[in-house]
Amino acid sequence: MLKQLLSAALMMIVMTVLTGLLYPLAVTGLAQAIFPDQANGSLVRVDGRVIGSELIGQQFGALRYFHGRPSATTPPYNAGASGASNLGPTSKALAARVAAEAARLHAENPAMPIPVDLVTTSASGLDPDITPAAALFQVPRVARARSLPDAAVRKLVLEHVSDRMLGVIGEPHVNVLDLNLALDRLQPSASGRAAASALP
Amino acid sequence: MTFNGWVQIALYALLVTACVKPLGLYMVRVYAGERTFLSPLLKPLEATIYRLCRVEPAKEQHWTNYTVSLLVFSAAAFLFTYLTQRLQQFLPLDPQHLGAVSPDSSFNTAVSFSSNTNWQDYGGETTMSYLTQMAALTVQNFVSAAAGMALAIALIRGFARTSAKTVGNFWADLVRGVLYMLLPLSLVMALVLVWLGVPQNLDPYTHATTLEGAKQIIAQGPAASQIAIKQLGTNGGGFFNVNSAHPFENPNAITNLIEMWAILVISAALTYTFGVMVKNTRQGWALFAVMGILFLGGVSATYWAESYPSAAIAAAHVDAKSGPLQAGGNMEGKEVRFGIANSAIWAAATTDASNGSVNSMHDSYTPLGGLVELVNIQLGEIVFGGVGSGLYGMLLFAIVAVFIAGLMVGRTPEYLGKKIEGREVKMAMLAILILPLSILGFTALAVVLPQGLSSLANAGPHGFSEILYAYTSGTGNNGSAFAGLNANTPFYNATIGFAMLIGRFLFIVPMMAVAGSLAGKKIVPASSGTFPTTGPLWVGLLLGVILIVGGLTFFPALSLGPIAEHLAMLAGQQF
Repeated sequence: MLKQLLSAALMMIVMTVLTGLLYPLAVTGLAQAIFPDQANGSLVRVDGRVIGSELIGQQFGALRYFHGRPSATTPPYNAGASGASNLGPTSKALAARVAAEAARLHAENPAMPIPVDLVTTSASGLDPDITPAAALFQVPRVARARSLPDAAVRKLVLEHVSDRMLGVIGEPHVNVLDLNLALDRLQPSASGRAAASALP
Repeated sequence: MTFNGWVQIALYALLVTACVKPLGLYMVRVYAGERTFLSPLLKPLEATIYRLCRVEPAKEQHWTNYTVSLLVFSAAAFLFTYLTQRLQQFLPLDPQHLGAVSPDSSFNTAVSFSSNTNWQDYGGETTMSYLTQMAALTVQNFVSAAAGMALAIALIRGFARTSAKTVGNFWADLVRGVLYMLLPLSLVMALVLVWLGVPQNLDPYTHATTLEGAKQIIAQGPAASQIAIKQLGTNGGGFFNVNSAHPFENPNAITNLIEMWAILVISAALTYTFGVMVKNTRQGWALFAVMGILFLGGVSATYWAESYPSAAIAAAHVDAKSGPLQAGGNMEGKEVRFGIANSAIWAAATTDASNGSVNSMHDSYTPLGGLVELVNIQLGEIVFGGVGSGLYGMLLFAIVAVFIAGLMVGRTPEYLGKKIEGREVKMAMLAILILPLSILGFTALAVVLPQGLSSLANAGPHGFSEILYAYTSGTGNNGSAFAGLNANTPFYNATIGFAMLIGRFLFIVPMMAVAGSLAGKKIVPASSGTFPTTGPLWVGLLLGVILIVGGLTFFPALSLGPIAEHLAMLAGQQF
C-alpha cells in the first residue's frame, strides 16, 4: 500500500511535467512559430491599433454600422467574461426581452420579417456573426444613415456572406466586424459622425 | 430542419465510424504492449516513466490491487488539483492576478476533473490562471481519461482470459493510454485547431479599442492545447466560461466538426478493441450498433425539437423558418456559425459521451430538446460514453441483458463464453442502481432545501429541470449543465462533488469486481443453447434493457421537469 502511494505521487509529478508543462509549452512554441497570427487571437489592427479580434463579436450601437446579436454578458460583448442568458423556453423574462427587441426592430424596418437571431442572445455572448437574413434586414437603416443607395449596401453584404465550408459544413453567416470595416472603407469620410447617431 | 442539416449529421456519423476499426486495432496493440509506429520514439520515454515512478509494468495485478492503484492515483490527482487552485496566486503564469480559488469551489473542481466529469462551477477566464489550466486541469484531462480507458481494458481482459488471477497492470495501462493514444492525438489536434483560429499564447489579455471607440478586454491564453484533450478524453472542461460556444474555443464549422469527432471517436473505437480482444469482432460491432442507434435517435430528436422556436420566442412573431438566408429555429443560446444542426449533433454527442463540453446552451433548449439530453445521461453514459467508462458501463448492461434472456428460457446465462452467475449480476445491478440513487436522492434533497432553491435561474418546471440536470450531470460524470443554476455555492459545490465521486468510484468498484470474477472463470464453448450476442435479436434485447432500466427509473422525475414544461408550454403558460 505504501509502495502504491509512492508510485501514485511520483506518477502525478511525472504526468504533470509531461502533460501539464511540456505538452502545452510545446504546442505554444510550435503555434507561435507556425501560426503566430491565429495563436495570438486573430487580432485586427487599423493603423497599427488593435481594434478587436476577427473572431470575437463587439458591440455596435451606431445607426451607420451593422449590429450584432443581443449579448447576455455584462456589459454586452464582454470578451473578458463570456456568458449566456440561460433563460428557458417558458421564461417570462425571455419572452419580455424578445418582445421588446422585436418591437424595436419592427419600428426600424417594418417591411421585413425579423430574423430570429436578431432577437436571441448567443451561447457565448460574443457571437461575431449574424445570419445573411439579419444583415439584409439592417440594410435600409445603414444605407439611410450613410446616405448610400440600398443597392450598394446590399451588394456589400452579399459579398461578405461566408458560405458553408466546402459547401456543406456549418451555416452561412456574415462577420459583423468585417462587414463594418468594409463599410468604412467604402465610405471613409463619414467616420466622424458615429457618435451623433448612436441608438438610445 | 433542412436537407443540408441531415447531410451534416450523416457526414459526422460516417467520419466517426470510419475511424472505429483503425483506431480500435491500434489500441489493441497499445494495451498489449506491442510495437506500434510510435514505439521507436516513445518506448524509451515509457521505460523512463516506469523507472521514475517505481512501477513494474510486467507485474500483473489482481483486480483488487488494480482498483487500489486506481483509487490511490485518483486521490493523488485530487490533491494536486486542489492545491494548485488554492495556491495559484503564489505560482507563476498568472498574468491576470486571479487569486486563489475558494475552498469549496476548489474541492468541487478537483473532484470534477479527477473523476473525468469536468463540471465547472467557475468561469475559466475569470478564475483560473494559465498554470492552473495547464498543470492542474489539462493534466487531469489526460490522466482521468487514460484511467477510464485502463479500466475498460481490465474488464475486457476479464472476459478474454481463462482461469486467470489478474487483469493487467494499472500503471502500465495508464501510461500507455497517455503516451500512445492521448498525447499524440492531442498534439496534432491542438496544432490543427491553432491553424484554424484557436489561440495558444501565454500573454496577458488583449486590450482593444473597438470600431465605435469602446474598450474591450479580450481574454486569451493556452487554449488549443487544453481543448484538444478535453474533447478527446471526454472531459469537456472549457478553457473559457462558455466552453466550445466561445469563438476562440471553436471559431468555425471545421473546428466544430473536428471537436465533435473527437468527442466520440475513442469511445466508439473501443468497441472494436473489445471485439478483437474477445476474439470476435462481431461482438464489438453489436455494441457499436446499440450505441449508434441510441445516438442517432437522440440527434434526430434534438434536431427536430430545436428546429422550432420556443414559446417565449415564437410569441414575438419573428421569422424562425429555416431557409437559405438563416438556419432559423430556437436560436436563444446558440451561435450563428453552428445553427441548429451542428448544435443538435454536439448536444447529443456530448451528453451521450459523458463529455459535457457544449457549443450551445442547454438551459435554453426547448423542453423536449432538454429532455433528450437528460435521458442520454440518465441511460448511464453508455451511448459511446466516456472513454473507457462508456464501454465498461455498456458491458454491465450486457450482463444484465443476458441474465434477463437466461431467465426467459431458464438457462444459466453466458456472455462471451463466460457463465454469468449471481455474483456478476448482483455487482452489475449494484453499479447501475447507484446512479439513480445519487441523481434522484440529491435532487430530492435540493428541491426541499432553501440552499438548493435559491440558486435557480428559471422558475416553474424548468427550475426543477435545472436541479435534476445538475445531479444527473454530476453523477453521470458528464459535466454539462443547465447553466442558469448558480452552482458555485457551498451547498452545490459539496453535493455535486459527492455526486461525482459516487458516480465515478462507487460504479468502478463493483465493475472491477465483475472483471476479477470473470477473469477467474473458464471459457465454455458455445452450444446450441447459447444465446447469440451478435445478431439483431441481441441488439434489440440490449436496447430494451437499457431503455427500460434508464427510462422507467427516471420517468417520474422527467415528468415533473421537461415533460410538465412541454405541456405547460403547449398550454401557453409562462413562468
